[in-house]
Amino acid sequence: MTDPSFWHRLQFSFTIVYHYLFPQLTMGLGVFLVIFKWRALRGNAGYDVATRFWSHLFGINFAFGVVTGFPMEFQFGTNWARFSSYAGGVIGQTLALEGMFAFFLESAFVYALVWGERKLGPRKHFAAAVAVCAGSWLSGYFIIATNAFMQHPIAAYQTGADGRLSLTDFWGLLANPWALAEYAHNMTASVVTASFVVAAVGAFYALKGIHPEQARIFLRTGVGVGLVAAVVVAFPTGDHQAKLVARYQPASLAAMEGRFESGPRASLTFIGQPNVREHRIDNAIHAPMLLSILAYGTPSRSVQGLNDFDPKDWPTNIELLYYSFHVMAGLGTMFIALLALANFARFRGALERWRPLLWVLMLAFPFPYIATTAGWMTAELGRQPWLVYGLFRTADGFSDSVSSGNALFTLIGFCGLYFVLGLLYVFLVLRDIDHGPTQARHGGAAVHG
Amino acid sequence: MAEIWFSILALTLVLYAALDGFDFGAGLLHLWVARTDDERRAVLAAIGPFWDGNEVWLLATGGVLFVAFPSVLAVAFPAFYLALFLVLWCLVLRGISIEVRNHLEDSLWAAFFDAVFAGSSSLLGLLFGLALGNVVRGVPIDAKQSFTLAFFTDFLPTGQVGLIDFYTLSVGLLSSAFLAAYGATFLAARTAGSLRARCLVAERTSAFVAAALFVVVTIETQFVRPSLLANMLHRLPGWLGIAVLVVGASLWLRGYRAGEDRRAFTGSSLVAIGILGAAAAGLYPTIIHSTLAPEFDMNAPTSLVAPYGAEVGLVWWLIALVPALLYVVMGFRRNWDRVGRDPASR
Repeated sequence: MTDPSFWHRLQFSFTIVYHYLFPQLTMGLGVFLVIFKWRALRGNAGYDVATRFWSHLFGINFAFGVVTGFPMEFQFGTNWARFSSYAGGVIGQTLALEGMFAFFLESAFVYALVWGERKLGPRKHFAAAVAVCAGSWLSGYFIIATNAFMQHPIAAYQTGADGRLSLTDFWGLLANPWALAEYAHNMTASVVTASFVVAAVGAFYALKGIHPEQARIFLRTGVGVGLVAAVVVAFPTGDHQAKLVARYQPASLAAMEGRFESGPRASLTFIGQPNVREHRIDNAIHAPMLLSILAYGTPSRSVQGLNDFDPKDWPTNIELLYYSFHVMAGLGTMFIALLALANFARFRGALERWRPLLWVLMLAFPFPYIATTAGWMTAELGRQPWLVYGLFRTADGFSDSVSSGNALFTLIGFCGLYFVLGLLYVFLVLRDIDHGPTQARHGGAAVHG
Repeated sequence: MAEIWFSILALTLVLYAALDGFDFGAGLLHLWVARTDDERRAVLAAIGPFWDGNEVWLLATGGVLFVAFPSVLAVAFPAFYLALFLVLWCLVLRGISIEVRNHLEDSLWAAFFDAVFAGSSSLLGLLFGLALGNVVRGVPIDAKQSFTLAFFTDFLPTGQVGLIDFYTLSVGLLSSAFLAAYGATFLAARTAGSLRARCLVAERTSAFVAAALFVVVTIETQFVRPSLLANMLHRLPGWLGIAVLVVGASLWLRGYRAGEDRRAFTGSSLVAIGILGAAAAGLYPTIIHSTLAPEFDMNAPTSLVAPYGAEVGLVWWLIALVPALLYVVMGFRRNWDRVGRDPASR
């Protein structure tokens, strides 16, 4: 805590982790709304009810995403001024692109999606769902492209005489191979989150024995879409992402696996506790050769350990990085197993009736949030000690004119504010779920002209 | 190129003020003009389709700063650290109170979130005025291109200034009074009955106060930043801004007298656009003005990013502007009826 960047880092990580709880559901649920509305257009009235129910929840979730997103944009300037000054010439592009292309699109149609069903008619309402979904996915791309430049600053920049970066290749920046891989991995993961949420509400109704038609729709669509997405998250997208890390951030891969010694036939650790002082994994359970195979496609390739790198280039929090990666990968594997089982039950016609499975599905929805958070922690802790990998250190990026006292003050403020926000969100969402999907419009809305 | 990007920065900021301004104003007046639950719902419904999209223009303004003048962003944001977080928290509270209020039937908590909405809107109106005052007056930026800003020092607009002094405070009050009048004009155009009648009263009163404060602030500005008015009067965009202001004011007045609410609203928007546009013309090329010595100013040409980034950014920015403006037009066309008149939507 004597590190002056500590509070700035803690505040950014707290506010971004909290913020991302909302957009991941926005992006994933956007896909579900398009599916529901599409099927409603094809004449299935039950899906109209489903669209109405979920678009209402979507509206609440979207609003919380918007308000918690504001602080993210500002903090680049307020807390990370030296980084903004250094890299603004490049990342300013992608961040501004998001506002101009994605936020305007989303905000123009979200109101129509949530409140405009009667006014618009079915076709235009479907178009609004597509527009909002597209806007949120576009927004995701620009953020991922920004992050990808920080992870893997490909040759889209040059360093000026004043030491600052400037852009040299706009399309190169947007088509960064890291961004494409990270985007595919991240977006399918957000679909998994939404699948679990949709299925959990369905499971709740099925267990209670209420809203049977909707329970069936939510459960079936949730586990069906969820299985496809969960598989794609692992393979090919997660696999490809890991290979990029192995190739371009070998020190991160070593830390993710808690690997200190280099060598071929590297084993993959399933469980164990990294012991950084002793340079080993305690109580480890390994799969021999699997790490070499996963990282490079052949057991004979050597995987570097941390001892190959200068300790000043080691990720700063190896233990947390190790656990983040293992939590993400472990949960991802369990999602595939659970959803495969649920789909098996679905084809046997038992999905809505097999109560133990329904209990698991109802209670499982927090875990994709944990997995995505752990995934982002893996990406961001793995990038350390760099803010822009290999170019610019995190220790050089924070606003040195802002005192630790000021940074802590705003961090405490965020803790209080976000606690209240969390309560309100849970209250509103539970109220909607309790109210349930109905044919009529939801009550309590404002007078909408 | 610097001139173009400065104009774009001014354009986004002016559009932001002209758009989010009316929903801030509506929030500012919320507790005063709307008395019953139905009326308060009507106020929220009136701004409902607009406020979220309007706030995107603030992010767009930040985006322009980031893409074209990142060094300005890097100097100004940490210096205004606490003030900016105050703005952020108010924006968060405001957005959430609108969202939560929309879903509540309980009168106790509805009253609470009405108060949060009104309080945060009022504070934001004042804060944005203070910010504008700081841009015009200048900040104590030094030879090392850095500064920090206390909330207040000695309340005088020279040397080591603070966020609040008598000048920025008068701009803040002007901003609050103007936004109240602007919000009232908007609400009058979108509501009916006793709510509209109260809005018309609020419109007249706050417009008078704003006009009086405008005269005071103009005179103060002549002392605090003499170059602004001189520059404005030597530049075509400055005269354009003044012309827009005059046309807007007369439209507003005639619309008000004739009971033509939409014309009055158009006029009031033009007034906001005219004043801020003319001010921007007077500020060029300075983005951050130093109260210590003119050679420490941060100017558009020297702060602009390298040419490639500025050019490629300009291309896509102009492309993106077309749909962004289209959404604004679309929003007004689709949601310009009076709320509560259409029984089917209730």
